[in-house]
Amino acid sequence: MDFSGLINDFGPLTVTGLAQGAIIALFALGYTLVYGVLRLINFAHSEVFLLGTYACLIVWGWFGLDQNSAPPSVGGMLLYMAVGLLAAILVSGLAALTVEVIAYRPLRRRNAPPLAFLITAIGASLFISELVGVATHRNQKGVPPIILAKPVVTIGDTTITNLQILIIVLALVMMFALDRFINGSRLGRGIRAVAQNPDSAALMGVNKSRVIALVFLLGGLMAGIAAVMYDLKIGVTRYDAGFLLGIDAFTAAVLGGIGNLRGALLGGLLLGVLQNYAAGLFGSQWLHAASFVLLVVILLFRPTGLLGESLGRARA
Amino acid sequence: MSETASSFRENGGVRGWLGRQPIWVRWLLILAGTVAAFLLPYAEHVPLIGPQIVTEGVDWSSALFEISYYVLLALGLNVVVGYAGLLDLGYVGFFAVGAYGTALLTSPDSILYEDTGWKWLMAVPVALALTMVAGVLLGWPTLRLRGDYLAIVTLGFAEIIRIVATSTTTLRGDRGFASIPHPPGSWGGEPIFGVTDAIPYFWLGLVIIILVILGVRNLDRSRVGRSWLAIREDEEAAEVMGVRTFKYKLWAFAIGAFIGGLGGVLFAGEQSFINSQTFVLQFSILVLAGVVMGGSGNMAGAILGGVLISYIPNRLRGLSVGDTDLYEYRFALFGLAIIVIMVLRPQGLIPSRRRAMELKDREKEVAPQ
Repeated sequence: MDFSGLINDFGPLTVTGLAQGAIIALFALGYTLVYGVLRLINFAHSEVFLLGTYACLIVWGWFGLDQNSAPPSVGGMLLYMAVGLLAAILVSGLAALTVEVIAYRPLRRRNAPPLAFLITAIGASLFISELVGVATHRNQKGVPPIILAKPVVTIGDTTITNLQILIIVLALVMMFALDRFINGSRLGRGIRAVAQNPDSAALMGVNKSRVIALVFLLGGLMAGIAAVMYDLKIGVTRYDAGFLLGIDAFTAAVLGGIGNLRGALLGGLLLGVLQNYAAGLFGSQWLHAASFVLLVVILLFRPTGLLGESLGRARA
Repeated sequence: MSETASSFRENGGVRGWLGRQPIWVRWLLILAGTVAAFLLPYAEHVPLIGPQIVTEGVDWSSALFEISYYVLLALGLNVVVGYAGLLDLGYVGFFAVGAYGTALLTSPDSILYEDTGWKWLMAVPVALALTMVAGVLLGWPTLRLRGDYLAIVTLGFAEIIRIVATSTTTLRGDRGFASIPHPPGSWGGEPIFGVTDAIPYFWLGLVIIILVILGVRNLDRSRVGRSWLAIREDEEAAEVMGVRTFKYKLWAFAIGAFIGGLGGVLFAGEQSFINSQTFVLQFSILVLAGVVMGGSGNMAGAILGGVLISYIPNRLRGLSVGDTDLYEYRFALFGLAIIVIMVLRPQGLIPSRRRAMELKDREKEVAPQ
């Protein structure tokens, strides 16, 4: 227990935690959306994210960038960010759709028990992460320095980098856009209807299969953005990167109230900060253990999370 | 030809045929199967088939021993997943607790060595008690949760065990525990359980497996087993009918943990070295894959699954198609196998009859898409 370390580094730990939490929150959206509609923990979502972290690296590789290349100019940076995000979003979205069509849809058609869904989800997760593991020889892959982290704001002895600001702002913007989409658009109404009562929604003329596919797609898109942010922040990716962060993202979703979009944001930011405090207090190897302990405590005392499970409720 | 085949199926297939035989035929077949299992280490001497079965890249008797503890784990997980219907993704955690319990009590590297320094056999009951306590400790808070939350929390449990094993000095992380003693006993001056020959360990594993099968079978046919069945089919209905669901779920957890711990104790006794790298998470998922593939809720299925998940990778070791080594792809292949089986044959290869009926029943209730 290192209290002085925690107190001395309180500012930096908070800022890093918020940036980490923003990534976790975007990632957590996929869990929350799918759970809100299908009552299913989409275990394979962590691999959707994983594919995103590799997709942008591969595209940047086509431009001749690797971890040792010089940082690009401002114009290049914008271009690379745009194509990287696009690639990650496309790949993650497609991966999420594929998983739904291949692994879940046949089971739904047969009204399989919930356990069966979880088991295929694990199968899909294992399959994708292991394929990536074999293809990359289980080595980590470095990320080219698209955006160099430069301190831009200093408050006391806490510096905030441009990258941290970008991550947090982008996460907030995406969250806002998604929230508007779900609560304001026609398709979003379909999603809410299916979440509330799938059978009634189907009888009212909502195309259930299409709504479910849309939900997976949206989760995949958000995971793609989170994946690019993760690459830029951490600087390396590995075949098991999705798994470890996936547990955090799931914890965040449960913390905020699974099925609740705003809850995912709150849960993600809170978890990111708490994890960093725990790392400051006990050492960084306990970071993931901290999120598990937190998860168990939440489930015991407030299983509906901080903001409640609300995607399916009449008034969200 | 096809007519006889279909009528054979309608009469219950192999199991139906077995059920119609007089009792002595059944016993004879079980006895023959058991003897054959004990003779497996000498399989390579069987003409024609033998050389095809035996693993090439791995010592055959070691591969057999591996099969035996995988089967044990599959049997244990089958109690939790197949009978009680609780998805436990952190089963390797109990295996680890059993192995670490043994190591802490017996290995010279342990901080307890000065006080204990026990023989393997003395450590066994303590290590097993430890795993049962771990099962109850994990189950007590978490079994009140919904099923899907339980899956995540058990996953977390295994991960925490791994993190603790990696990060605390008492459990020595990567350096691990060496010189864990082997099981006792000697034959003509030579110790039975030596370093080079894995056959006695395989036999020991088989004996334990048989005892576990008998124990679990009796449990399954008792009040406990009927409660598990009720919980699996509909927990709320069971609760309403007076089944004390929490108590019996806890029982399933503790018994599953106990069997997993047995596997760990056996493993520590044979390997004589363990470290934090031994207990990766893929391991739990592999065992789960085995149970599901074989047919969860049915012991014959679980055993088949346990055999498949340990035998296939070892058989693949050293084999390659073109330039790719198939062994590398083992986890990916099992991941694929899980999906395919759940989609095409969710009841598993050797299904439990009752479970197959449950699945059929649900199919009839499909709502409009």
